[in-house]
Order: sequence, then C-alpha cells, then structure tokens
Amino acid sequence: MDRIPILSMGNLLLVIIQFDMHDRLALALQDDLTEQIVKEQAKGVLIDISALDVVDSFIGRVINNTASMARLLAAETVVVGMQPAVAITLVELGLALTGVKTALNVEKGMALLGKSSGR
Amino acid sequence: MISIAPKLGSPEFQTLPLKTDENVVALRKLVREQLVAINFSLVDQTKCVTAASELARNTLKYGGGGQVRFSVLAADGSLGLCLVFIDAGPGIKDVPQALTDGFTTQGGLGLGLGGARRLVDEFDIESEPGKGTTVRIVKWKK
Ligand SMILES: Nc1ncnc2c1ncn2[C@@H]1O[C@H](COP(=O)(O)OP(=O)(O)O)[C@@H](O)[C@H]1O
Ligand SMILES: [Mg+2]
Repeated sequence: MDRIPILSMGNLLLVIIQFDMHDRLALALQDDLTEQIVKEQAKGVLIDISALDVVDSFIGRVINNTASMARLLAAETVVVGMQPAVAITLVELGLALTGVKTALNVEKGMALLGKSSGR
Repeated sequence: MISIAPKLGSPEFQTLPLKTDENVVALRKLVREQLVAINFSLVDQTKCVTAASELARNTLKYGGGGQVRFSVLAADGSLGLCLVFIDAGPGIKDVPQALTDGFTTQGGLGLGLGGARRLVDEFDIESEPGKGTTVRIVKWKK
C-alpha cells in the first residue's frame, strides 16, 4: 500500500499531504507518525494540509488522534495551510481541532514549534 | 423551492458504486467536478463535497456498501446538485438519534449525518431496520 512520506528535520517531523487520501491511507499515516515520533525522538510534528480541498470528520479525527498521541509522546502538533473554505466547512460540520495548533504556513508553523519547545 | 428532479432511475441520474475507500475518493473528485462545471462558489463546493464524503463513508461503513446516484437539477432558474446514497444494510433504528451531533455507534465523531444536513440545502433520510438506508441531499447554487 502507498504511504505518505514523513520527513525528519532535526527534532521535527514534517508531513506534506499532497493529494486527497482515502481512509486507510490516513490511518496508516497516523500510525507511521506515532512510530516516527518515538524513533526520531521528535518534539514537534508539522502537518501541511494546504493541498487538501476537503477535510471531513474522518480526516479531522485522524488529525485530532495524531495530536493526542503525539502529546502523550511529548511532541506538539501544528497543522498548517488550511484553506479558508475548508475552515468554514469544518466549523459548520461542528468539528473542532482540539489540542492542535494551527499556522498559516510551514514557516510560521515551525516558528510556533520552535517557541513552544523552548529552542 | 419546487424541484423538478427526474424520477430516480431515470437516465439523467448517473450511478457510482460505493464499495471501497477508493470509491469514496472518486466520489469526492466527481462531486467537485460537477460543482465546478456549474460554477458553484468555492465554499459551497467544499461544503457539498464534505457532506457527500460523510454520507458515502456511512454507506460504505454502516450500510455494507451501496451506491450513489447523482444529477444536476434545475429549478426556479437555479442549478443544484442532487445526490442519493443508497444501501441495503442494517438500517438505522432511531433516525433522530443518529442525526444528533456526537451520536455514534462505532467510535466516530458522530458528526457525519448532522454535519451533512447542515452543509446542504435539502436533506431527506429514509431508513428501515433490516432493509437499508437512503439519504438524499441537494445543494443549490446561491
Ligand atoms: N447508512 C447507514 N446505515 C446504518 N447505520 C447508519 C448509516 N449511516 C449512519 N448510521 C448510524 O448513524 C450513526 C451516526 O452516523 P454519523 O453521524 O455519520 O457519525 P459516525 O459515522 O461518526 O458514527 C452511526 O454511528 C451509525 O450507527
Ligand atoms: Mg459517519
């Protein structure tokens, strides 16, 4: 099965979601990220969703679960680049991204992670 | 708004199977294309694709798979997209309960049905235990 690549940069993990994922792929990414956090002793996870033009409750839950697991493993999660139409839709859907920080782009997301991990 | 929707099964409705995760992705793409073709705003495209994604997943996950029929509608000088999700699965015992935000029988977020209803303009659900579930939605162009 295909996998979404996870890039390791210092103590950060970076995932750039480049296409619409089916549910199994999204779940595999959640598992892979959790494993990589431990393996790389990552302190932060940056997920770039700027290419996603739909985020439904399943993908939303995957993002929330990833952030919860990351937190248990002492890593923080930042979601960057959410399209405005996606944000509007998520609010109407009733989905809150709990425990996930957001930033407008990768650069700002990195700054956010840098700040919160005290580097 | 009085819709002049052709009867289901008429040739103007196209059908797509909903049997795999990949079918759900294909539907999201197709719904997007249909809405772009009739010039929906980006926000309304996104709302409708999201609602379709939620309902397609339910058809697959709870209905044991099924199909979706879709057609562009014209009424009162406006255009809309109608989607009908059909499965012959176990059905829903208590529909109002299933529509309640946060209600899930499978550890989901329980936002699919209620959320989809908020995201579209028309939402009808028919479900009979043991027989299956049909959900019809329409999103009109503003
Ligand atoms: N097509 C269907 N067939 C049978 N049950 C369904 C169907 N769609 C929804 N349900 C039931 O309604 C509940 C709520 O659905 P939904 O709002 O999409 O939330 P979730 O999928 O997160 O559980 C589901 O948990 C399921 O029990
Ligand atoms: Mg659902």
